Amino acid sequence: MKINRRQFFKVCSAGLTGSSIAAMGFSPTAALAEVRSYKLARATETRNNCPYCSVSCGVLIYSTGDKSKNAPGKIIHIEGDPDDPVNRGSLCPKGAGLMDMVNSPNRIKFPEVREAGSNQWKRISWHEAFERIAKHMKTDRDANFITRNAAGTTVNRWNTFGFLASSSASNESGYITHKVLRSLGAVAFDTQARI
Amino acid sequence: MTNHWVDIKNADLVFVMGGNPAEAHPCGFKWVIEAKKQRKARLVVVDPRFNRTASVADYYAPIRSGSDIAFLSGVINYLLSKDKIHHEYVKHYTNASFLIDERFALEDGLFSGYNAEKRSYDKESWKYQFDKDGYARVDETLQDPNCVFQIMKKHYARYTPEVVTRVTGTPTDAFLKVCEYIAETAAPNKTMTNLYALGWTEHSVGAQNIRSMAIIQLLLGNMGMAGGGINALRGHSNVQGITDQCLYSDALPGYLGAPLDADIDRKTYLEKRTPKAMRPNQMNFPQNFPKWWTSLMKAWYGKEATPENDFCYDWLPKRDLSYDVLNMFDRMYQGKMSGFVCQGFNPLASVANKKKVGDALAKLKYLVIMDPLVTETSEFWKNHGEVNPADPASIQTEVFRLPVAFFAEESGTCTNSGRVVRWHWKAVDGPGESKGDAEIMAHLYQTLKHMYAKEGGAFPDPILKLSWPYRIADEPSPEELLMEISGKALTDLHDPKDATKLQVKGGDQLASFGFLRDDGSTACGNWIYSGAWSQAGNLTLRRDSSDPSGLGQTLNWGFAWPVNRRILYNRASADLAGKPWDASRTVLKWTGSAWGGNDIPDMRPNAAPEEGVMPFIMNPEGVARLFARDLMADGPLPEHYEPFESPLETNPMHPKNTKAKSNPVSRIFKGDLEVFGTAKDFPYVATTYRLTEHFHFWTQHSKINAILQPEHFVEIGEELAREKGIKAGDKVKVRSNRGYIKAVAVVTKRIKALDVDGRKVHTVGIPITSGFVGRTKPGFLTNTLTPAVGDANTHTPEYKAFLVNIEKV
Repeated sequence: MKINRRQFFKVCSAGLTGSSIAAMGFSPTAALAEVRSYKLARATETRNNCPYCSVSCGVLIYSTGDKSKNAPGKIIHIEGDPDDPVNRGSLCPKGAGLMDMVNSPNRIKFPEVREAGSNQWKRISWHEAFERIAKHMKTDRDANFITRNAAGTTVNRWNTFGFLASSSASNESGYITHKVLRSLGAVAFDTQARI
Repeated sequence: MTNHWVDIKNADLVFVMGGNPAEAHPCGFKWVIEAKKQRKARLVVVDPRFNRTASVADYYAPIRSGSDIAFLSGVINYLLSKDKIHHEYVKHYTNASFLIDERFALEDGLFSGYNAEKRSYDKESWKYQFDKDGYARVDETLQDPNCVFQIMKKHYARYTPEVVTRVTGTPTDAFLKVCEYIAETAAPNKTMTNLYALGWTEHSVGAQNIRSMAIIQLLLGNMGMAGGGINALRGHSNVQGITDQCLYSDALPGYLGAPLDADIDRKTYLEKRTPKAMRPNQMNFPQNFPKWWTSLMKAWYGKEATPENDFCYDWLPKRDLSYDVLNMFDRMYQGKMSGFVCQGFNPLASVANKKKVGDALAKLKYLVIMDPLVTETSEFWKNHGEVNPADPASIQTEVFRLPVAFFAEESGTCTNSGRVVRWHWKAVDGPGESKGDAEIMAHLYQTLKHMYAKEGGAFPDPILKLSWPYRIADEPSPEELLMEISGKALTDLHDPKDATKLQVKGGDQLASFGFLRDDGSTACGNWIYSGAWSQAGNLTLRRDSSDPSGLGQTLNWGFAWPVNRRILYNRASADLAGKPWDASRTVLKWTGSAWGGNDIPDMRPNAAPEEGVMPFIMNPEGVARLFARDLMADGPLPEHYEPFESPLETNPMHPKNTKAKSNPVSRIFKGDLEVFGTAKDFPYVATTYRLTEHFHFWTQHSKINAILQPEHFVEIGEELAREKGIKAGDKVKVRSNRGYIKAVAVVTKRIKALDVDGRKVHTVGIPITSGFVGRTKPGFLTNTLTPAVGDANTHTPEYKAFLVNIEKV
């Protein structure tokens, strides 16, 4: 039988005892020699897309753990997805460095605030962050909301608040962001597509 | 892209201008190599630099940055004057035969109707002539002096090869060679694909650069063909998708123009956006606008949106002006904004004129940063030495920084440049307490909603009554959101022609936008994505890469918008009778009773060729527009204007008219005019670009990328280096009238001085990928140098052509 590299890992990780591998047509000796050393065989494989340019290459992410709730996984390898019809498994120098990006020490881990005039960041809770930001927004909106323009037309806009949306966010995140912004009456918003 | 990445392999000529895909889109670029190897396709590159794409090209021609329209207009003149056009295609599928208002004119660089005071055009004279039935008048012989074809011949005759060389600096023999290669694809069975990127958009004439290429592709009959099309190589992994969700104030999701002050009520709003067919028998697909808009309002306001309250029309904010990023920062700079949120956006680094952006942010009361990484914007207030000499004590802006999940830490869909929407899965949780973008927006919304419910406030209705049917209010799932975007029937839908026939059961997901209604019985968050999640399930999950046609269409891989169509305008790949122009690359053909072939027809499936339904169904004309009538701000045909910072004193096309030196209708803010530099002080043309090792200001945080490309550099030609006494590796200072940067000099043969209008013009190349908060050596932000003036239609800043001086430090 023909079996590709990834299917081979799957088969191996599914039946390490060798009996099922033997049933698939492999000799137990050859299979056992393989499974002991290769760590990706024990990793969880997740399909995703490279977040950089708009080729949006298919990638395979390998992580530890099995995605169960209390066993947080860690990404140990990322490579191109050979099934993707566009990139066919290849990645450029940016995509090839994705793991260093995901695991960068410069990731933000907690909500922080830099108070007016201060010279440093201060860690705060999500609750405090949402309450303070929402309070700012509400005060601003209530003070500056324009119900009618000079001609008396109902315009219901809020233009003292601005928003820049990410072109790296998913369609679903973008959609809900748009829905929320218009409901607030926001008109001053834009995205990277402009620049 | 009108076509898609894999389709590039079907081209006979790959024409790259305004982009450098070998450097910036390497894994997509391999389809260019595939075309070269398998089809013996030719690769032609036009660029100020002999770049990485040029290094594998069959032919390269240099050009002065900012003179693309002169070059492309010269190509159009070549095609028209040497009769190298696809006659049948031009006659039937474009508006070449349409008659234009007799008052239309171009005089000394300005089109008819110019108002110098308002810097805008009255476009009355740019319109078609109409007959008594309300249809546009045409002359199928193309001889009438007012027909588009004759107007174009006159317009473009001025762009002779000599004029092109004088304006662009491209040697005449190189220009003519490029023309010759392009002209070969006028043969019905030859195609050229055009690949461009920000090298065309980031000019004060950006939109007209692309219009020029659209005209060329239409004259050659390359639109709708496999291996043809206009293919924008876009920047971010989901920039196409976020553009489709329309995260900008001009439009609602699916490119539905958002209400303006003049749209006083729903009736006025819909009428203005629902065109009438301009020729008999045409599909005029935008006539369905009311169905798309009403279904969106049902997705947003559910039961609250009723015919009696105009489906909550007044709950949508109306726009009084363009709130594009340049305008937002100008308003912020003037102190007219209180708060600002940057969601995965780093404006201090990526918006023009860094000093102005920083000063503007300092005038805010509150700034919120949502990002997976430390960004320069989040630390605009912090003193980073010479690269960001801020004084924290004097900046009163309260700055919040929220940790956001990265791509590997969330599920959902992204849409690549080829409009293919694909699902991705979450691999692990994000670090620390990070949350996804959707979760943060939902949480923020819920917090505000509770405050408005408790305390009241300005116009709370649209906040309190926003449809929010998600199982966990603080955490809408991507599955729920994609289903909402795709759309469903709210009640049983019966066939409009036969009320006894049930079409869709109430509550079912819709198969396509063909089922949307304007009576409130359907809900759809984005009509162009309709069908992405039908009753058959989530089609973006599909992973069948089989390709029976061999064209690379892979119709069962993900879902392409609209309706899984892979090549837009594909009806134009066949002649009037429905026979493919090139049977070996059949995209669509008439089978005798229906359209069939290797794609979803961009045509009513049973529209017999003799019905005369033309291929450009989104245009009320039914045909493509060579002449854009009143739809562009700066003219129905492209005209060469100099960049706002030009090495020349006048526009060589119109040396006597100072009003026509640069785009006469681009918006210029007070204060920005004063910081334009002149060639006297800043004699060199600067242009900006990406590097293959870095992605903007992100990968400075990735160790391997920081090792590969650790420090900022600028590129200059050997001749300029000699003149300025600069050696490779020297530290240099590059100044514009807005600030300076310091970087390492790379002295290269890749950039040559050009002879332009009797003088020598040098180019300084500046990669944008430098920042000061990453793991690379802290560097200056390139946008310290760039001007905050933009295209007249899109307001995209002119990053690609401005003036600098350079000296050894």
